[in-house]
Amino acid sequence: MINIDAHNHVSGKSIYLDDIIEWKGTLFALPFDAPVAHARLDHVDVSKALSMSGVVVVLTAKDIPGKNQIGGIIADEPLFAEEDIHFWGQPIGIIVATSERICRLAREQIEIKFSELPVITDPREAHAQNKLICPPRNFQLGDVTSAWGQCQHVFEGKVEINGQEHLYIETQGAYARMKEDGSILIASSTQGPTAVQRTIAKVLDIPMHKVEVDTVRLGGGFGGKEDQATGWAVMVALAAQKLRKPVKMVLHRMDDMRMTGKRHPYSADFKIGLSSDMKILAYEATFFQNAGAAADLSPAVLERTLFHATNAYFVPNVHVTAYSCKTNLPPNTAFRGFGGPQGKFVIEAAISKASESLGVPAADIQKQNLLNDGDEFSYGQIVDQCEAQNAWNSCEEGFDLKSIQERVRLFNEQNSHIKKGVAVQPICFGISFTNTMMNHARALVHIYQDGSVVVSTGAVEMGQGVNTKLLQIAVRKLGVQPGSVRIESTNTLRIANTSPTAASAGADLNGKALEMACKSLWERLEQVAAEHLNISNLRVQNDILYDNQQKTDHTWHDLVQKAFQLRVNLSEHAHYATPLIHFDKEKGKGHPFAYHVYGAAILEVTVDCLRGTYHFDKVQIVHDLGVSMNVHIDNGQIEGAVVQGIGWMTLEEIIYNKEGRLMTNALSTYKIPDIYSVPSEINIKHLETEGHELAIQKSKAVGEPPLMYGLGAYFAIRNAVSAFNPGKEFAFDAPYTPEKVLMDLYKGR
Amino acid sequence: MIEFILNNETVRTDLSPGMTLLDYVRYEANLRGTKIGCREGDCGACTVLLGSIRDQKLKYISATSCLTPLANVHGMHVVTIEGLNTEGGLNKVQKAFVDCSGTQCGFCTPGFVTSLCGYALNCENANAMDAVGSMDGNICRCTGYKSIERAAAVVADQLQEKDHNLPLKWLAGEEFIPAWFEDIPERLGQFSAELPVSGEKAIGGGTDLFVHHQDVLQEAPLKFLFGKKDLTGIEFSDTECIIHASSTAADLIDNARLQSVFPGWHSYMKLVSSTPIRNIGTVAGNLVNASPIGDLTILLLGLNARIVLLDNEDLTRTLPLKEFYLDYKKLDKMESEIISRIIFDLPDMDSHFHFEKVCKRKYLDIASVNTAIQIRMSEGRIIKEIHCSMGGVGPIPLYLKNTVSFMTGKVLSSELIRESVDILQSEIKPISDARGSADYKRLLASQLFFSHFIELFPEEIKGEELL
Repeated sequence: MINIDAHNHVSGKSIYLDDIIEWKGTLFALPFDAPVAHARLDHVDVSKALSMSGVVVVLTAKDIPGKNQIGGIIADEPLFAEEDIHFWGQPIGIIVATSERICRLAREQIEIKFSELPVITDPREAHAQNKLICPPRNFQLGDVTSAWGQCQHVFEGKVEINGQEHLYIETQGAYARMKEDGSILIASSTQGPTAVQRTIAKVLDIPMHKVEVDTVRLGGGFGGKEDQATGWAVMVALAAQKLRKPVKMVLHRMDDMRMTGKRHPYSADFKIGLSSDMKILAYEATFFQNAGAAADLSPAVLERTLFHATNAYFVPNVHVTAYSCKTNLPPNTAFRGFGGPQGKFVIEAAISKASESLGVPAADIQKQNLLNDGDEFSYGQIVDQCEAQNAWNSCEEGFDLKSIQERVRLFNEQNSHIKKGVAVQPICFGISFTNTMMNHARALVHIYQDGSVVVSTGAVEMGQGVNTKLLQIAVRKLGVQPGSVRIESTNTLRIANTSPTAASAGADLNGKALEMACKSLWERLEQVAAEHLNISNLRVQNDILYDNQQKTDHTWHDLVQKAFQLRVNLSEHAHYATPLIHFDKEKGKGHPFAYHVYGAAILEVTVDCLRGTYHFDKVQIVHDLGVSMNVHIDNGQIEGAVVQGIGWMTLEEIIYNKEGRLMTNALSTYKIPDIYSVPSEINIKHLETEGHELAIQKSKAVGEPPLMYGLGAYFAIRNAVSAFNPGKEFAFDAPYTPEKVLMDLYKGR
Repeated sequence: MIEFILNNETVRTDLSPGMTLLDYVRYEANLRGTKIGCREGDCGACTVLLGSIRDQKLKYISATSCLTPLANVHGMHVVTIEGLNTEGGLNKVQKAFVDCSGTQCGFCTPGFVTSLCGYALNCENANAMDAVGSMDGNICRCTGYKSIERAAAVVADQLQEKDHNLPLKWLAGEEFIPAWFEDIPERLGQFSAELPVSGEKAIGGGTDLFVHHQDVLQEAPLKFLFGKKDLTGIEFSDTECIIHASSTAADLIDNARLQSVFPGWHSYMKLVSSTPIRNIGTVAGNLVNASPIGDLTILLLGLNARIVLLDNEDLTRTLPLKEFYLDYKKLDKMESEIISRIIFDLPDMDSHFHFEKVCKRKYLDIASVNTAIQIRMSEGRIIKEIHCSMGGVGPIPLYLKNTVSFMTGKVLSSELIRESVDILQSEIKPISDARGSADYKRLLASQLFFSHFIELFPEEIKGEELL
């Protein structure tokens, strides 16, 4: 089934937040923010702004009726800076005016006085000063200390990994309107409607039942609207409550880039030990996560870095430690992969270092150490239904890795200043929120008396196609035509206490709840059919009722009408919680993931060694989808994710200066892939497996895992660079921008 | 009063001529299909089509509405995504996007569809590569573009049959566009000629000034020069090329004479910004913007161009472009002067021209370093005349006067190039910024200087001898 939103998307008819036609009297809000990364906030003078025609009010911390606090995991993040400024771009207040333009002009008139304090942008420096967001975490398996002695080869190194701007094309925004009795309706471009609701209640000092959050769809999220959509929604709710008028805020791109957090940059140290036959016997790593100025989701991201520190490899002795370091950057946040990609990058760097030092192809080391059923992850979960070797072998054979390597070798021999590089990238990614309590969802299904069906769940549609998958589930369970089912907006009045749509788990969790709701409705309708329509074995296909294979004269509409007349409940609200999973955070052991997703990719790049530029010729992927319930959507997720991953490893460079100011603050300076910079070819093969019971209809989660194929981009380029400038030691410093490539190509020449 | 056709409606408005077309379309006309992604022309979510009669034919260009002041669409046909929806439902381009799963979150989609519809309207020899190229100004964060490439290939294939004598009729019949497009050429005739030029601050396509100064410009007294007949067009004499100031980068890339005079012309010009920006960005705008990395500036400096400045009294003066730039964003130009023409000598048979540009992303990016070179050779491999420019290596677009004067009259050899690069290094002063560190730009400057010779004289100059 093609994405059910596609028709409206291509016609410009889909409604995003800023497309809601304004209610009469709507005012517009704009945040004003800190022009410095760390300081005491001495004085804010808004008088000039307030005197401008069209400016209605300026709100700051003192106007907050409840708590000035939006931190989710840890209460360490004020909505508006009060006494101290902790990052450049930290909101200090909002201007509310009759137009966005007046807001922007008024912002230039606001005077902020402050006394500067020392700025930290480097996580290692924060660590050295013991500025940590939360206590350090570590996972252990076996005993690394005694294992080093058994290793034939031991290598150590340092790795730098930069962050990544989400660059959802729709910027952050929210729109609030008062209802009666002090309750508020907020349209929010958020992945987490409940988080928005809860935080508004806290800041505005009203109960959650007075806050209705409604989300139709997002113009991209990628994790950037999981936690960080909340602040803007709270701001407009606050203004609406004060002014009793509708208030809208949609961030300008440069404001969005300056004020919001990104994928976490990490600095890390590794030590890897191998046997003479290239088995990894021991692995030790220390991660310094650049959390930014407040916790946001950093502790959870930090944990997932540890979960995925050994990627798709079995290592018997592991000791990995991670520090969430508090710096003066905007609070970094969720981004597709959620810390996992950074964890994986470090062990891939360690393998690369071993490979270069020993003259053994990295692929040989990678292959030698892939996970098997029965192996233990460092967090105690036992590997089962493992597809790591299967995916690798299928990739190696199906795409003929040997001949690719040979072709590249020959090419490099014959060309002096154009070089090719190839890398293989296996992946293994755990599916579930690692915070076990978040793994639940609900679905509400109404069958109306005309036979039409409406579905609400906690899942937010942001392009990943979850609404299409939900519709497929309802259609399959009820047998109605796709046109008879409507997937409604995500609304906190219809579905309460939701987890954000994140962790690739939206379709699994909400889909399972929807299956349960449909099943209950089906059972009631079956009974009606048996007792009143004389159909003993009900089946519905395209709205026609069948008894076994026998077509009847009855339609879905007849059945619903009958049930309605008989006062049968045609609504169902179902709750699903992932079974089996558990995790003891103290011990760092348990079974946190419902299942894992596996795959392998071969990436080929050509580097222009005269100019330091490069282009990816081909990315070939074998991916474990289980039994895909929608290949159009799943392939789209794979292609999009791998390009986003390559972007992160190559072009996308976030630069903060020493004062903590974002230098890459616009699309003119922060470059994501365009239509010309993507690989010339992306080939995707699906691994044929039975799928997993805990995956929705055995169709495995697909949002995040394929992003990590992009890691191979770094190593493919590195291999090409080494072919031009052999025998040099290069830093592991992602992304591999054309600048770093050129510098490495001519290092020591 | 500004008049234009918006989709199928004629619009006459007294709103500020400096209001962006994007704001007009979304918030005055309430057509919300056109999206806001960046307001700086770098994402294409706000792409619209602008139709006007050129050479007796209705031509459409794609444009970023976020940087286009209302005044610039006076007398034109403005088409948004809503104006591309056909009565039967989806048009062919939209259908291809749906069938190929070329849309995920959908926010960028109207921009992509609009760009590709523009291609369908304009193309003469449809092919997948050019169809993809029409979307080079559109950014998508979800799909990874492969599905969009597939949609473009489908569309290009369907366009093979296009009737170029009656394109609108054919396109409407094949459901690429609504039928009412066929009346547009006639309807455009109703509009009064150009808006009278008044105001103080000269503005061309808006592609630079509207990035940062939109809020102020909306109410400022602007002197709109975009599309003015006496300021557009590219002419040739026997020895010179004369570019009228308001000609766009697209006029340059499409010019058949320039394409034949400079073999690499099309590929050089493709490196300049993106299709929708080239469609509206003017040559003079690029020059007066005085960015030290302006691509057209560097290109014209390499051609040793001259500019003709015109003041309020209609007096003109001519000066070499290399003398125009005094310091960072400081020009040898009075406030009242505008550039009216840019002139350069056409190369002879012994001349060679080349342009190089490196940035993070090959297309739709601003250079870390860009450079152009023109060399006239005489017998015995002697360099008779040479001009070389370089951007991103100082406060102004740099004409490498010491380097070229050192090379003039000498025999071209790898040794000479290596000696010259030392002089080049002594006359550049790059700084570290978002486009690269100073060290990188120095290295890149040498590499691109080498590239000129490796590309222009592959027989004589070998990469191995330089690197």
